[in-house]
Order: sequence, then structure tokens, then C-alpha cells
Amino acid sequence: MIDKFPLWAVIVALGAGSFLLRFVFIGWVGNRSLPAWLLRHLRYTAVAVLPALIAPLVLWPPATDGAIDAPRLASALAATVVAWITRSVIGAVLAGASVLYLGLWLAG
Amino acid sequence: MQTTKSPYRQGIAAGLPFILILAPFGMLFGVVAAEAGLNIFEALVMSALVVAGAAQFTALQLLSEHVPTLIVIVAALTVNLRLAMYSAALTPYLGSASLPVRVAVAYCVVDQTYACSVAAYEQNRHWTLRDRLAFYFGVATPVMPNWLAFTGLGALVGEAIPPGLALDFAIPITFIALAVPMMRTGAHRVAALTAVVASLMLTWLPYSLGVIVAGMIGMVVGAEVERRTEMP
Repeated sequence: MIDKFPLWAVIVALGAGSFLLRFVFIGWVGNRSLPAWLLRHLRYTAVAVLPALIAPLVLWPPATDGAIDAPRLASALAATVVAWITRSVIGAVLAGASVLYLGLWLAG
Repeated sequence: MQTTKSPYRQGIAAGLPFILILAPFGMLFGVVAAEAGLNIFEALVMSALVVAGAAQFTALQLLSEHVPTLIVIVAALTVNLRLAMYSAALTPYLGSASLPVRVAVAYCVVDQTYACSVAAYEQNRHWTLRDRLAFYFGVATPVMPNWLAFTGLGALVGEAIPPGLALDFAIPITFIALAVPMMRTGAHRVAALTAVVASLMLTWLPYSLGVIVAGMIGMVVGAEVERRTEMP
């Protein structure tokens, strides 16, 4: 369970911070051009942070107290393969969920 | 491409298909939020203020791991740094609007409004500022309210789903589904792979700081690979 104080602190701070990120250029910087190196780094934030967040969760899931779990590993693999081949977000989620439940059912 | 439809209606037409992605994604957020103990009001306020699925999922995941609040905020904001890039990309087209309008534009900066609008502006170079704004808010019209609506629906469904459905893994699966199609170039793949390896090696860092550090390392490596491959 999530406690109420950290939850609301995160909601408000994340909301304000996200707005500032959206506003920073269109609101403040205006038409001044931006250094290329900055834009180049911003392009790689999501492709780097999301995998960094996922990797430990896949290999050592908190739900199994960090033990490597075959159904979860297979599920992540299925989602990756389907997302890679089809580029379909929904398809990948469905593939991952199906393999997860199949695996959990097989594992008893 | 000449067309008789007004820019606003063209924007709506461009935004409508995204409901197919937003609906299940927003619902999933609502369900996961309910499972994590958020009530429907909290889930809705989060969706209304943050309006960024990946960051919202990140925050939920880290909050339920009882990571310190400041780290949760920094990690989720790092996921959202791309919004600053979108803001920068829209500025040459919309930057001359009045301040209240720019505030509204900023609030609506999401993956879909950015991607559709920049593509349309490049195709319709004769558009006035008014046309561009009309198109932009046209895209936002089906996108923004539905994000909220489906979060709410998901939260309602989530309250009815019994615990123990292994929903802990909904976030990793969703992130894989979101991140893998982003790997369009070699530099993207190198950035992601570096971040994965760094993250696995840095789990000893306290407060899940390894995620942020590994993300930064992946980001720098990706940018460097792009710089080197672009050099003649």
C-alpha cells in the first residue's frame, strides 16, 4: 500500500515539474535556438530511462522477493519479441499478459 | 496536399486513432493505481496533473516499493524530460502565441499532440499561427479528455478486480511494449542496452538511485553514438 503523504507529494510535484518541462521552451525560451547537444541528449531520455527501470523488475521481481521467476521472464521476453516485430504496443501487452498467466498457471 | 477541411477538424481526425492506444493504456493505469491503493479521485487527479502515462507508471512502481519521495519525483521527471524536447520542437511554430495560449499549449504537450502537429506543420508551411493552433488543439480534443475518462474507468474496474492477479508485472510489460518500438536507430538500441546493463549493475545503490544513474548513462551514450555516426 502507498501512504497518502508521499502519494500527494508526488502527484503535486510531478504535475508541477511535468508542466514546467512542457512550458520551458514554448513559454520562456521562445524562439532562441537551442544547443544541438542538449536536444541530442533529450532525445535519448525515454529510451534509456524506461529500460533502466524495467531491467531489475524483470530479472528480480519484487513480487517474488527478488528470486528469478520463469513465468515473469518468459512474459517479458514475449512482450519484447512481439513489440520488436509488430511495433504494436497493445499487441505486446497482450502477448506479455497471456504468457505470464499461462506460465503462472503451468507453474501452479 | 490541399484539403477543404479546417485545420481544427484535420487535427481531430489526426488525434482520433490514438484513442485506440489511450483507452487500454489509460484503463491499465487506472487498474494498476487501484491495485496500488489509490482511490479513483487520486488516480484522476494524477492523470489530470501529470498527463504522461510512462511517468505515472514510474511513480506508482517506485511509490509501491517505498522509495523516498524525492527519488520518485526525480525518476518520473527524468522519464518526462522528452516533453522538454517536444516543447522545443513546437516553439518555432507556436512560440509567438499569447502567454495564456502558450500555457494551454504547454499543458497539452504529449507524445501524440507533438508528433501529429510537427508533421502537419512541415506539410502545411502556409498555415498561419491561428491555423497551427487550431490543428494542435484539434489533436488534443480527442486525446486529453479520453486519457482522464479511461483512467477513471480503469480505477473503477480495478476496485472490482481481486488482488493476486500478478498485476505487479503489468508495469514492466507495459514499459517493454512502450520502449521497444522506440528503438528506431542503432543509437537508440545502444542507449537502451547500456541503460539495462548499468541498471543491473547498480542495484546496490540506495533508494533505487541506480535507475536514474543508469538512465543518465544510457542517455549520454546514446547521444554520443548519434554524434559519432552523424560525423562525415
